[in-house]
Amino acid sequence: MLIEYLPILIFLVFALIFASLMISVGFAAGPSNPDSEKNSPYECGFDPFEDSRMKFDVRYYLVAILFIIFDLEIAFLFPWAVVIHEIGLTGLLAMAIFLLILTVGFIYEWKKGALEWD
Amino acid sequence: MQTLHSLYNILVDIILIVIPLFLIVAYVTYSERKIIGFMQARLGPSRVGPYGLLQPIADVIKLLSKEIIIPSGANKNIFITAPIIMLVPSLLVWSVIPLSETFVLANINAGILFILAFTSLSVYGVILAGWSSNSKYAFLGSMRSAAQIIAYEIAMGFALVGVLMAAGSLNLQEIILSQSGGFFHWYWLPLFPLFIIYFIAGVAETNRAPFDVSEGESELVAGFHVEYSGITFALFFLAEYMNLILISILASIMFFGGWLSPFQGTWLEIFFDWVPGFIWLSLKTLIFIFIFLWLRATLPRYRYDQIMRLGWKVFLPITLIWIFFEGIMIYYNIEPWFSYVK
Repeated sequence: MLIEYLPILIFLVFALIFASLMISVGFAAGPSNPDSEKNSPYECGFDPFEDSRMKFDVRYYLVAILFIIFDLEIAFLFPWAVVIHEIGLTGLLAMAIFLLILTVGFIYEWKKGALEWD
Repeated sequence: MQTLHSLYNILVDIILIVIPLFLIVAYVTYSERKIIGFMQARLGPSRVGPYGLLQPIADVIKLLSKEIIIPSGANKNIFITAPIIMLVPSLLVWSVIPLSETFVLANINAGILFILAFTSLSVYGVILAGWSSNSKYAFLGSMRSAAQIIAYEIAMGFALVGVLMAAGSLNLQEIILSQSGGFFHWYWLPLFPLFIIYFIAGVAETNRAPFDVSEGESELVAGFHVEYSGITFALFFLAEYMNLILISILASIMFFGGWLSPFQGTWLEIFFDWVPGFIWLSLKTLIFIFIFLWLRATLPRYRYDQIMRLGWKVFLPITLIWIFFEGIMIYYNIEPWFSYVK
């Protein structure tokens, strides 16, 4: 039933209003006298050397990609886990094969060193 | 008229959840400083009010009256919205948490899915905050933090799948009910490895010690929220502690029977019959919150590669094997994994 989600919708509106209100109060209640030193990005007392949007390690991308695969897997497992008491051997075997294929991929990633951080 | 009345009821329920939640967050921060203080043979906050009990309130007033500094290189709009994006989902998850036998704001049938979806939204807050600050510390902190959160979300998701298999439902109320029968019927026993992994992954998800490399005050100063000040910082802080309490309450709901009495089925049951379910749930949750604080006082910080290794190479295989094992156990109706009645 979709009506059960109504409280969540109201809660969402409430939370958005609350969070914006907090920030508005912060702007209103706090002082505001900016100067260029205060507003410069924090970097141990130096002037920033270069733009902070620098290159970063490609492994962060790799983790994100792996995450998508495994999160999808979890999304597949959720409905399966709920009905596991009713689907019997066929369901169990189907999921076992699916997990096995994924495990092969996982072992491949592992051996390729995609999970190494050093 | 009817709809107006029910809207009013919903609003009252929301207030009933939010106000105590903020008070609890305030006093978790107080007890954190107090407990860690005592563990390190200090006194902790003791000046404001008796035993320093008014300290959190003083903190709130201080944070509210501080200037909100927006760095000159920052993307202003994203910079301001990031704390909102962080706070809103961590508030919203509380709408599906069953706080007692009857009190739950939205008793939806996809409770766990909802929780998983909304807790993972906080990654956006982290990334946007780190990116929009245009500061190197913030950027590095947010990269680390995001990679860590998503890595442990896998382990956590698998642990949840284990609970679902045992309970056969996504509804949190039904998950609690399927554990009824006393202390040894709760899922911590049949799903013990998943429970441990869930809790450790929860500690990592909330970026708490010993997995707090994203904050790493000795190298990254404060991680992704280093450029935030005043109330914008307070929103991050609030979200972090609400997530901490959420992980604790979810651990007690999914592995320790939620509001069920621990004496169910023993001779002690009638003596504790008068204790409302909410008290049991709170006690269990407080124990987990205490463990969070205890960990922070005791353990040194992990190295980042160790964290990633633990998440991918230890937790993921263990959960996979355990889910496989559990599936076989359920298929052959072997107790205690098959305690499912419909």
